Amino acid sequence: MPPKCSKGTEAMQEPQITTDLIAAHGLKPDEYQRILDIIGREPSFTELGIFSAMWNEHCSYKSSKKWLRTLYTEGPQVICGPGENAGVVDIGDGLAVIFKMESHNHPSYIEPHQGAGTGVGGILRDVFTMGARPIAVMDALSFGEPAHPKTAHLVKGVVEGIGGYGNAFGVPNVGGEVRFHKAYNGNCLVNAFAAGLAETDAIFYSAASGVGMPVVYLGAKTGRDGVGGATMASAEFDDTIEEKRPTVQVGDPFTEKRLLEACLELMASGAVISIQDMGAAGLTCSAVEMGDKGGLGIRLDLDRVPVREKGMTAYEMMLSESQERMLMVLKPEREAEAKAIFDKWDLDFAIVGETIPEDRFLIVHGNETKADLPLSKLSSSAPEYDRPWVETPAAAPLGEVPVIGPMAALQALIGSPNHAHKGWVWEQYDTMVMADTVRAPGLGAGVVRVHGTEKALAFTSDVTPRYVKANPYEGGKQAVAEAYRNLTAVGALPLATTDNLNFGNPEKPEIMGQLVGAIKGIGEACRALDFPIVSGNVSLYNETDGTGILPTPTIGAVGLLTSLDELIAGQPIEGDIALVIGGPGSHLGQSALLAEAFGIEGGDAPHVDLVAERKHGEFLRANRKALRAATDLSDGGLALAAFEMAEGAGLGVALDSSDIAELFGEDQARYLVACDAAGAAALEAAAKTAGVPVARVGTFGGDRVMLGLDLATLAELSKLYRSAFAAAVTYPGA
Amino acid sequence: MKAAVLTFPGSNCDRDLAVAFERAGFEVARVWHKEPELPAGTDIVGVPGGFSYGDYLRCGAIAAQSPVAAAVRAFAEKGGHVLGICNGFQVLTEMGLLPGALMRNASLKFVCKPVDLRIATSDSPYTNEWAVGDVARIPVAHHDGNYTIDAEGLARLQGEDRIAFTYLDTPNGAMADIAGILSPNRRVLGMMPHPERAVDPAQGGTDGSALFRSILGAMAAA
Repeated sequence: MPPKCSKGTEAMQEPQITTDLIAAHGLKPDEYQRILDIIGREPSFTELGIFSAMWNEHCSYKSSKKWLRTLYTEGPQVICGPGENAGVVDIGDGLAVIFKMESHNHPSYIEPHQGAGTGVGGILRDVFTMGARPIAVMDALSFGEPAHPKTAHLVKGVVEGIGGYGNAFGVPNVGGEVRFHKAYNGNCLVNAFAAGLAETDAIFYSAASGVGMPVVYLGAKTGRDGVGGATMASAEFDDTIEEKRPTVQVGDPFTEKRLLEACLELMASGAVISIQDMGAAGLTCSAVEMGDKGGLGIRLDLDRVPVREKGMTAYEMMLSESQERMLMVLKPEREAEAKAIFDKWDLDFAIVGETIPEDRFLIVHGNETKADLPLSKLSSSAPEYDRPWVETPAAAPLGEVPVIGPMAALQALIGSPNHAHKGWVWEQYDTMVMADTVRAPGLGAGVVRVHGTEKALAFTSDVTPRYVKANPYEGGKQAVAEAYRNLTAVGALPLATTDNLNFGNPEKPEIMGQLVGAIKGIGEACRALDFPIVSGNVSLYNETDGTGILPTPTIGAVGLLTSLDELIAGQPIEGDIALVIGGPGSHLGQSALLAEAFGIEGGDAPHVDLVAERKHGEFLRANRKALRAATDLSDGGLALAAFEMAEGAGLGVALDSSDIAELFGEDQARYLVACDAAGAAALEAAAKTAGVPVARVGTFGGDRVMLGLDLATLAELSKLYRSAFAAAVTYPGA
Repeated sequence: MKAAVLTFPGSNCDRDLAVAFERAGFEVARVWHKEPELPAGTDIVGVPGGFSYGDYLRCGAIAAQSPVAAAVRAFAEKGGHVLGICNGFQVLTEMGLLPGALMRNASLKFVCKPVDLRIATSDSPYTNEWAVGDVARIPVAHHDGNYTIDAEGLARLQGEDRIAFTYLDTPNGAMADIAGILSPNRRVLGMMPHPERAVDPAQGGTDGSALFRSILGAMAAA
């Protein structure tokens, strides 16, 4: 941690730059040399802090940039791809969906409630800073083993934090994931997604323009919270973690809600030139971003920054990660109008600087120049590494699979918190505020109507980290393919994706190999499925005491329903026929069944045939009228999907097969659908013409679940399925 | 008919309530919390859900002191109709327009899900489209919906037939399963569930529309 600064502006003696101080800022000796080369002198303490904030992994993507450039980011639907606060995608009729996913892993592990809540707050600001009203959020969560002493505390805190923020802000939570694995024992993952709606001709970007324009500070006051947060988020954890608690920010959704309304009101007035939220590295990152994109310099007068406490130093103000703040470049003649809007919402509004023609980032505080740096060099000259990497070795063959009966296998799955009903989580989230939720979380993608129209958007987030570990390339492909299928299964056309890449320490060649393999797979799948990546985030160094997490490249994705008539939201009814689109199950390597029933994580991940993915998805969407209900087949295979679909409808189900691989195999490019007799016949006829494998696999109805001849009552399975999650994460008396 | 829907800083169901009123055929005016008066010709005031002033103090306590709250009180005292939903119900109890209080849910957790409500009286402008004993499925979404009142107050509510809705299976531990109550003149209703989230087939149910139809019918008849 950087040393504590002195009190009071009158006594701002900045510390000497020492080797220890440089190391404490996460800067390597060669990176420090690069600073010396750029500025030709020793940096001041504030300048060192600024470089550290701009050049850490979290802000600079220095380890991943080379590979991120290879991703597929284009398409006729893309209005703005990666590089802005969030991606912008056309949904027709002059409207755009703006979305992004971002991690808040380290803060959530240190202080779960505030860490997760401010993760939601940060991603919401990324969306509304572009002029969009947020309409949906999702969270993909990965925790350690349920039995680990920290897990229940983390689950409770993270879920309450997400709910506490999103519910008060007033945006529906419509999906996400929750998983448990011992690899996350010391490093949970909180990946927050947000999407918003804007008119395509009223989207705001961060590039400043015009010299002498006022730089305006909006929102909450600046405090000492989060100083050094971005640097912390780029470090591994060890047993000094408790000392890092002060680097976590505190969230205030009430201020965020007012900031949203005030910003949208101000944007609608036409007074805003550019706007940028203060996220990681706060004032530093946002100001540099606006200047850099606009080819301008920025001068900031820190004496004008609204502060929560007296005696804050330039260093602290520049690195504070206090939440609910924005920086804006304003048309000077509209200043009074802008101030009136912020006064109406009782928010701070202060002109803290101006754009300048020269390439300088000039920070003045108490009549002293605290930093004077070449602005364009802060991001453009950030280090970029081509880190050594090794290909992940091919997985050993799975070998003999232990014997288990079909019903015991199903019970092993639905009795594990990974595959049990997740109502405990999402009932703590407001899933319906804004009154446009068409399909709440549960099975598959969430769907939200585009307010005031017949259109709707579908949202999902997916990844199977076990697959990525065994085979990063196929695992990366699979995450994208599963997102594509989840959107397809509600009848939506998959539009675009956002990626949140969570990995261990990239300085280890085998970890870097996972990252490279996964990015290659993701890129390949996005290209083949015409499913571009428009935004994203990379979280590295997810390790504790040298042990990395499972590689977890979460894919968040958005699909479009041009009319609610296209929605497949129904549930099966008594007597409906169960059919599988895409062939029988066979692949048990890295399956949920082996992991949950036997603790075996062996064999290769299932391989993804992207041609078949696309063909089967298009087939399903073309034949949606024949379907009463649909779901994708992913982990847990046919048996788990059929159980979930039936249980949600309060029905039993009978599957004909008793073969474990057919029931629980995780082969890709497959869907389970429910049809009435006429629908089933129509689907089979269409399948013959299209050359798509479609087979009847069973029947919905009754009050029993039958897998071949192995049976159990729906009531007993349902009880297990709906109690297992709470049982796993609730301590007695908690 | 003209509905005035209030917006406090932190309200987040104000638009939803306005849309539901409009859908039922009302003309809607949106009223900012700093307004000292309601728009002329207001027939009903809607106090929406959300987290007014962040709910950092007792839920609804600060909103009850806002300029517009004084106007609502005057309106109610003259016999005006006021509908408070969720945070709006909390505001109305804090203002003293309705008795009792909403405490933290018994589970100590936020709860959002559709629940079944029993219509406990059809003798009100809000419930006249239903028969007593009808069941309506309407979502709840709150952290503090655990209704409580002293024994005497409860006896009065029961004796005066002022309990509008009860839960079939309480999601929050509310006393006597109370989900919504009426003022002595039956023109002020506070309820925790969100009828505005159940007025459109796309929302998965339309049981809430009967409430808005009831109001319109009652006012047209008045």
